[in-house]
Amino acid sequence: MTVPLDLEFFVDASRCIGCQACVQACSECDTHKGQSMIQLDFMDRARSTQTFPVVCMHCDSPTCAEVCPADAIKRTEDGIVQTARKPRCIACNNCVLACPFGVPKMNTRMNLMMKCDMCYDRTSVGLKPMCASVCPSQALAFGTRAELLALRPHAKPVNSFRFGAQTIRTKVNIMLPASAPLDVVDVTQAMYEPSIGQQPFDDAFMEDVFHRIRPRSKP
Amino acid sequence: MNERGTQSQRLTENQSIPPDARPLALQPRWRRDFPIDWEQDEYVSRRELVKFMVLTSAAFAVGQAWLAAKSLLVRRAATPRPLPIATVNELPVGGAKTFFYPEGSTPRLLIRTGPSAFVAYDQQCTHLLCPVVPAIEKNCLHCPCHNGWFDLQTGRPVAGPPQRALAKILLDVERDTVYATGVTEGT
Repeated sequence: MTVPLDLEFFVDASRCIGCQACVQACSECDTHKGQSMIQLDFMDRARSTQTFPVVCMHCDSPTCAEVCPADAIKRTEDGIVQTARKPRCIACNNCVLACPFGVPKMNTRMNLMMKCDMCYDRTSVGLKPMCASVCPSQALAFGTRAELLALRPHAKPVNSFRFGAQTIRTKVNIMLPASAPLDVVDVTQAMYEPSIGQQPFDDAFMEDVFHRIRPRSKP
Repeated sequence: MNERGTQSQRLTENQSIPPDARPLALQPRWRRDFPIDWEQDEYVSRRELVKFMVLTSAAFAVGQAWLAAKSLLVRRAATPRPLPIATVNELPVGGAKTFFYPEGSTPRLLIRTGPSAFVAYDQQCTHLLCPVVPAIEKNCLHCPCHNGWFDLQTGRPVAGPPQRALAKILLDVERDTVYATGVTEGT
């Protein structure tokens, strides 16, 4: 069973209210082993309350799979890049470092890279992903392109991203204002911009490790 | 090359695209062996399994042929010539004596079971090669290591861990001398 090709995922950060419902719902998906794989990023925490839900973009040329030395990350024919296959994943973190969207995270407790698989158990049988089904403002939406364009005539879904000489098309669309000009972001330039609060340790699900290193001070 | 071509045609057009976006035919060989697409990966896994099965089966078949050839060669080896191992009067009834036949063999055991009856077996227990000792009163050979018992008349295992019979030495008594004339491997 596969996800129909006409069903796509749409992320509209301007609609996001930062309620964390998607984060909770994600961990309740049957195949996510209780782990939430959606990240609610703050755009500029000092000056704004704007949040941005980050799901896997499901690239047609998945860099995470390209760099995997254990051949563990596979893409199904419906364009979904799956979580690393448990028998193969060696928890080397290559995918975590390579993904241009910063999506894969290492589950240090399971020694397994886990990433958004668009709730494959649900979407392959015609249900919406958990996050899209709970999002109250539909910042995360799942449906056909025609449906969404009818609902949001002023938005433009963009699913083509350029990194240097490589153009990546994704199954997930970012919604931009229809009038917005095409913005080419130079990722290598952005590397020197100040961080927006993302720390190196954020790339792993390491809550338990942190607690072991720095036990919470007793009240 | 052909089956690989049909394989890539059989797949849907919605395949992952290599970073340089060139078609699969122009990609390096390793990309076909480590595909990113699930369906192709399953194909490679199946191919690897079949390769493993065929090579392993071939190895087993060659091994069988080698064993058959070896047993044929052994059968062709000349039977050792008869060897005098004892005189009739040397052993009392119920007495035993070790000897080597053919020369350089493992120890063999000659047992006089009656006034004119002799039997001889390999002395190594067929379980873990401990020396067996005669137990004439029970009409048996006994291996004390793991309490194995062999029939004195045939060499077949009757109790304990041994599964195969002791190798039997064929005997011939001529003019008060006992000759060993051949070896029958126990099965």
